[in-house]
Amino acid sequence: MEWETVIGLEIHCQLATNSKIFGSASTAYGAEPNTQACLVTLGYPGVLPVLNGEVVVMAARFGIAIDATIAPRSVFARKNYFYPDLPKGYQISQFELPIVHDGHITLTLDDGSEKRVGITRAHLEEDAGKSLHENMDGKTGIDLNRAGTPLLEIVSEPELSSAREAVNYMRRIHQLVRYLGISDGNMQEGSFRCDANISVRPKGQQELGTRTELKNLNSFRFVEKAIDFEIERQVEVLEDGGEVVQETRLYDADRDETRAMRGKEEANDYRYFPDPDLLPVELDEAFIVGVREAMPELPRAKAARFAADYGLKQADIDLLTASRDTADYFEAVAASIEDKRLAANWVAGELSAALNRAGLDIAASKIGASSLAGLLQRIEDNTISGKIAKEVFAAMWDEGAEANAIIESRGLEQITDSGELETMVDQVIADNPEQVEQFRGGKEKVLGFLVGQVMKATQGKANPAKVNEILRAKLGS
Amino acid sequence: MPEQRQTIAALSRLLGAGKASSRELVQASLDRIEEQDKELNSFVTVTPEQALAAADAADAARTQGTAGPLTGVPMAHKDIFCTAGITTTCASHMLENFVSPYDATVVERLADAGMVSVGKTNMDEFAMGSSSETSYFGAVKNPWDTARSPGGSSGGSAAAVAAGLVPMATGTDTGGSVRQPAALSGVTGFKPTYGRVSRYGIVAFASSLDQAGVLALSAEDTALVMQVIAGFDARDSTCSPAEVPDYAAELDAPLKGKTIGIPKEYFDAGLDSACGDAVHAALEVFKQQGAKLRDVSLPNLSLAVPTYYVVCPAEASSNLSRYDGVRFGHRSEDADDIESLFRNSRTEGFGDEVKRRIMTGTYVLSAGYYDAYYLQAQKVRQLISDDMQRCFDEVDIIAGPTTPTPAFRLGEKIDDPVQMYLNDIYTVSVNLAGLPGISIPCGSVDGLPVGLQLVGPHFSEARVLNFAHRYQQETDWHEQAPGEGQG
Repeated sequence: MEWETVIGLEIHCQLATNSKIFGSASTAYGAEPNTQACLVTLGYPGVLPVLNGEVVVMAARFGIAIDATIAPRSVFARKNYFYPDLPKGYQISQFELPIVHDGHITLTLDDGSEKRVGITRAHLEEDAGKSLHENMDGKTGIDLNRAGTPLLEIVSEPELSSAREAVNYMRRIHQLVRYLGISDGNMQEGSFRCDANISVRPKGQQELGTRTELKNLNSFRFVEKAIDFEIERQVEVLEDGGEVVQETRLYDADRDETRAMRGKEEANDYRYFPDPDLLPVELDEAFIVGVREAMPELPRAKAARFAADYGLKQADIDLLTASRDTADYFEAVAASIEDKRLAANWVAGELSAALNRAGLDIAASKIGASSLAGLLQRIEDNTISGKIAKEVFAAMWDEGAEANAIIESRGLEQITDSGELETMVDQVIADNPEQVEQFRGGKEKVLGFLVGQVMKATQGKANPAKVNEILRAKLGS
Repeated sequence: MPEQRQTIAALSRLLGAGKASSRELVQASLDRIEEQDKELNSFVTVTPEQALAAADAADAARTQGTAGPLTGVPMAHKDIFCTAGITTTCASHMLENFVSPYDATVVERLADAGMVSVGKTNMDEFAMGSSSETSYFGAVKNPWDTARSPGGSSGGSAAAVAAGLVPMATGTDTGGSVRQPAALSGVTGFKPTYGRVSRYGIVAFASSLDQAGVLALSAEDTALVMQVIAGFDARDSTCSPAEVPDYAAELDAPLKGKTIGIPKEYFDAGLDSACGDAVHAALEVFKQQGAKLRDVSLPNLSLAVPTYYVVCPAEASSNLSRYDGVRFGHRSEDADDIESLFRNSRTEGFGDEVKRRIMTGTYVLSAGYYDAYYLQAQKVRQLISDDMQRCFDEVDIIAGPTTPTPAFRLGEKIDDPVQMYLNDIYTVSVNLAGLPGISIPCGSVDGLPVGLQLVGPHFSEARVLNFAHRYQQETDWHEQAPGEGQG
């Protein structure tokens, strides 16, 4: 039988505020346990939550970016359950009335076609703390630094049909929240993670199959592997005549498999009700207009503009628009030189490779946009060849110096003096009579070899176009 | 040495005239507590050292000329207000040893105004009760008759003020917990509009109903205290930014031409007839001052108690989830995993009434019952609120009894929760609607005080205090103290 997969994702995206969603403690990652736990974080008797207004703006930005409805009135509710790292015994979240609903995002699929994926809702909530089991002498430690960190939970429609598509969707959301400046998207630190709802059904069947939920997937790779495993598992169960049990499962990356959580942990009745400590969030048109006016250019619009304005290849566009920082870097370089494709090639090529090797983000690049532009200008004005430029680039990266200084101190300036070049060409012709003969006999390709010999003799500093020209003249072709 | 039971206004005059020092007043208050409170049990904690130090600071401020009207006057806080460095027990085993690291807004504002707290008053556990009998530290006795309850949950505050241990004590009112004990103990008890006074630092019971209040000897004193505690607080999202008027300035405004609404449902079969007579007599006093009486109707009043006992436990069940033995409060010794830590800490830490409300609240919020109970209750709550709003289209204030009967005997209702809950019948609707209300002494039945309740529209604190003050100018029920004439 042929099977069809239906996937919906719930992405938990940590919002990049300085302080918590309802309290004053810092949200910075990596502090000593419980040093970022104010009284509100700790749920002390008598303290009350006060909404951090920044998160409302951030949620609205996201809503506008996915063309969603920004609710004029949204309500925080309490989700009640007992857990040691949940200080109040309830999580404050939005339930019936989320701040953002009915949006969508467009994916470009592997075959180049586009697919629109619905986003049911995005709501604000607070994160829980962490239970620590390692090095705790058999006990459980509680770290509440993360408790009360603002999250935007982004819930897709069940419209994704493969693990690959799910990852594609997740990457697009990841890209978007970083563009919007509302999240650092750091997956290692748990700032961006997701739960996946997965079901399979015979191809063509309307009715959805029974779904399982995979919890807490925190890398693109795990999302793909976990979903693929789960699809295979469900198909196997069904093909063996069994039934899929609706349950919550965890992905074990070490074993590359999913396992059911104990029934008890999911048999919760959360007893949601509106939180009486918080007023409804009421947003008027003026607020939304204000947020809209401050919106940055979004990835798809930027990609379209890069194609139109710079005539770049799709692969380069994808890479250059992957993050706002990369796009900004590219545009800063491109603004200072004539050949925009040269800028694209260098940012997408040499620079990206160097950043990858060093494990650096473009914002932390050892060569800034203006420095790279300085280098590319030397290519454009024929001071150096592309090949020498790579050497200069490497030196700039290592030494932190500007291109001009390196070119000068190392004497890398291109030889364009015809007299000097002619002498060298004569020498190469004299040294390679066999190849000269072949060329004269019609083997055009050999010219490249001869040019190469001249380049070699000048340690790459000769202007290749010029060498070409002189060679042809001398060989009488 | 001042005689017992003097108002804040009177003590303030003594202090201002240099006829008494704050240290003397505070010492006198501590002495009276020492003498009388073994029997009354109105205090959970008395803090003589801190009180005397604060009294000295107040005396110094007076010397320096920086004293205000409240500076140096002793008072007490209900043990539900968080006080830095002093236990805040909520009269519960759960918080028996809990020391808050911060002061509640009300505590902070009164301290800033120079009032001197002598301790923390007893109450029903987590404010759940109408008799102050559910306290982990034992029942509070009514100073008018120690076999009777002073009411609750702010029973300790009411008894302490009635007995003259302090001229004023704070309270909280979720369903009548200031007004009902004020009525049963013969003092003035005021619950402001929901949102008028910050809830920050009040151990939460039912967040949409809780409001700080004042138990004092007069409306005039209440106005002085309200002037200090009312007003915006950024730490409570439900606290109103509305400006605070000058309450004292309106106290004497004439009532001529004002209209008082008398809800007929307040005078039904459930009301003790002698109490009803006292209330009617009080209404005559207003009439004599030129106010008009008009019959009004609150058709949904009979739904107020059932509605309250859905909304309030629902919120309480959630608010009290934080007492799990993990971070503060009682932690069971008898626990070997997280499940038993939660279960046993809560089983040991909470008393019966608290457990009853947590269970009720959990039930009404549960899947399958939410719509039938919680949601339905919210709808009825709106109807009740609408009924009262409609009255205010016609009248300036609503008047009636505070409670159906005078103080009941200790033990009389404690095993019958429904009877206990019905004691709140005239007060809970005011919380459901979020309105300001006051209870003032208006008579006596068999030597026990009777309370008159006045309720105004939202943020009409000044009006409510004005009506109460004018009544107290014409009568002396509020000046009658327990034990007088009995030797």
